Amino acid sequence: MAKKSLWASHAKFERHSLLLLIGIVIVVAIGGLVEVVPLFYIQNTIEPVQGIRPYTPLELEGRDIYIREGCYLCHSQMIRSLKDEVERYGHYSLAAESMYDHPFQWGSERQGPDLARVGGKYSDGWHRDHLIDPRSVVPESVMPPYKFLAETNLDFHDIKQKLEAQATLGVPYSKDMIDNAEADLRTQDDPLSGGTALHKRYGDKVVIRDFAGDPDRITEMDALIAYLQMLGTTVDFSTYHADAPDNQR
Amino acid sequence: MAAILGAERQTPVDAAVYLIVCVVGALVATLATALSHDPLFQFQGYIFMAGFVLGGFALTMAIVNGNFRPEPDKYMDGVIRAGVIATLFWGAAGMLVGVVIASQLSFPRIFYLPDFGPLNFGRLRPLHTSAVIFAFGGNALISTSFYVVQRTCRARLFGGVTPWFVFWGYNLFIVLAGLGYLVGITQSQEYAEPEWVCDLWLAIVWVAYLIVFLGTLWKRKEPHIYVANWFYLAFIVTIAILHIVNNLALPVSLLNHRSYSVWAGVQSALVQWWYGHNAVGFFLTAGFLGMMYYFIPKRAERPVYSYRLSIVHFWALIFIYIWAGPHHLLYTALPQWTQTLGTTFSIMLWMPSWGGMINGLMTLSGAWDKLRTDPVIRMLVVSLAFYGMATFEGPVMSIPSVNALSHYTDWTIGHVHSGALGWVGFVTFGAVYCMVPWLWKKDKLYSNNLVEWHFWIATTGIVLYITAMWVAGIMEGLMWREYTPQGFLAYSFAETVAARHVENVVRLVGGTMYLSGLFIMIYNVWRTIRMPSVVQAVPAAQLPAPAFAAMAAE
Repeated sequence: MAKKSLWASHAKFERHSLLLLIGIVIVVAIGGLVEVVPLFYIQNTIEPVQGIRPYTPLELEGRDIYIREGCYLCHSQMIRSLKDEVERYGHYSLAAESMYDHPFQWGSERQGPDLARVGGKYSDGWHRDHLIDPRSVVPESVMPPYKFLAETNLDFHDIKQKLEAQATLGVPYSKDMIDNAEADLRTQDDPLSGGTALHKRYGDKVVIRDFAGDPDRITEMDALIAYLQMLGTTVDFSTYHADAPDNQR
Repeated sequence: MAAILGAERQTPVDAAVYLIVCVVGALVATLATALSHDPLFQFQGYIFMAGFVLGGFALTMAIVNGNFRPEPDKYMDGVIRAGVIATLFWGAAGMLVGVVIASQLSFPRIFYLPDFGPLNFGRLRPLHTSAVIFAFGGNALISTSFYVVQRTCRARLFGGVTPWFVFWGYNLFIVLAGLGYLVGITQSQEYAEPEWVCDLWLAIVWVAYLIVFLGTLWKRKEPHIYVANWFYLAFIVTIAILHIVNNLALPVSLLNHRSYSVWAGVQSALVQWWYGHNAVGFFLTAGFLGMMYYFIPKRAERPVYSYRLSIVHFWALIFIYIWAGPHHLLYTALPQWTQTLGTTFSIMLWMPSWGGMINGLMTLSGAWDKLRTDPVIRMLVVSLAFYGMATFEGPVMSIPSVNALSHYTDWTIGHVHSGALGWVGFVTFGAVYCMVPWLWKKDKLYSNNLVEWHFWIATTGIVLYITAMWVAGIMEGLMWREYTPQGFLAYSFAETVAARHVENVVRLVGGTMYLSGLFIMIYNVWRTIRMPSVVQAVPAAQLPAPAFAAMAAE
């Protein structure tokens, strides 16, 4: 009796499209609510670490070029907690390291190597040569050439608006940072600028130099290399203890 | 314009409303383009302008010619015919781009243009995935759902001109997104790359699609909603939810193409793969299961094997799929509890997936001989076989220890393509081969032999493709973790790239074969459409409405 009525009661869904619709919405909502929502509330989703800072204006522009060119399709930025990955690429990636990435750039595939800690591993000159003609430095590479980046001036007329938008989303850009976005961008690509103000705003570890080696102008290549050279370099691992209870998740 | 509207007294209200939408849309697009200083935003503006002007022009022509005479007792098939043609066109375009990027990975010294960014792998790859998933698959889903919902409800599509708006609006979205990738408009979320302007437009079109589908269900003259429509409805509704949540973003300004996702880091990763895996679950699975549930029983002339199985696997499938996203993020910075949930549900997902496969395969009970005689039904059945294989492979790859090896490698690419080429592609081809003679009123296809050719070339192509990717992926995964006796990593990354060259070439051959099969199909369909039409017996829908009411009441 009970069995029969169960099948029969399904007829309600088959005869009322709105009931079917509501049923579907409830059933598909459960998984998302249980899995995704707690990540925003559970304290230890992101571990507390020293050194994480927002991107400088030049790095942010570089990141936008990284996205525009679809680099994330072949390069991951997520070192998994596996022995060989840690030995190949460095300390496994922490949640905190991408906390200001709107959206994340972890990637899903490695036609090329992981870039989560590529910062500082190669010289600016190597990056420039590699981006212009990947096979000139890595003969086996299947990467596309990006010569045009070195020939295109960086368009940063909207950099202030970009920082404002990110600040609205919760990235800790101060008013000072937003107001000086354009000046900071120029400063970082100019080794003669000194960069005191930039260092004051973003920290002493920010690298200031002419990334693409063309002193007369700021190109998309400058921005992209500035971004690549800071990847994975911000966390102070001397103060990070993987075994601490705070860092277990 | 008022004169045109006034002159045609029979102008239906909905057509007039859409004409106004086109005019206003064109004005807004022009204004926004003129005010913006962002060349990429202007690029999108020009495409919108062209779309609205063409749309307005076509509507005006149709109104003047009186094409919108109400025909409530007839099925609305024009939009489905257009959808079938669009499906084949985008299929060819998307797969061609796939062959191009496979060539780039095989022969990077030949297939890259150093001075021309738009044809680099990074911009073509989203073009390939979007063109095959959303353009080919999307048009197939829209056109078959319109076909199936009318036949199984015995009602004309709801909404007057709205189904045409859904079709053209959706294809405008495709053009906007596709050309956008080439010039560098992307927000970098895989399978959700289009930027905010494009996303908003798709949301509008999708709501219209939902209204047309639901409205047709409301008009139905059958007391029961047929099982295929449950799947189509789940697909439409869930995709709307996924699309909106995953694409929540803050534009840099209202006149700037660029936006930043409201989600960041870990949360952004999980929201993206909750979206991404359910784009597979609802776009590429639930929607195409709807297709399967109509065309296999229809073609085999057998009832669906088990009604109860369809109920159980429907609810189980849509419930469990949603949880499976975190299997894309195993061993990452995502909290462990979420990873465990993702793995658990991914393994559970095996059962409802096979429920669908079994229900489809067993529908052939008593008609197995048709596998030998009818290449179309063979295509449909093989699609289910690939579905079964891919939905077994998926849970296996979600097991952490397997995933540690397979993740980031070409194995994933192979897995996706056994689902995409084998399941989605073949079930679509089968449905189109069924629909073309029915829609264009022919008694049969131009050539069954050509369907045989298509079937065997495409099947061989898939087998080459996926075996090459299995070999490449497993080899790559093993090489990454290989140690020398002294305890050092044995291979540099570049060596693992070089090692995959042969597999990349085999993949290129397989993909080219699959594309050739599609060209054979396009020729066959084109010749079928050009065949003389047969005078058909009065189709069911042309019976006067009261007859249905009487039948339904019985």
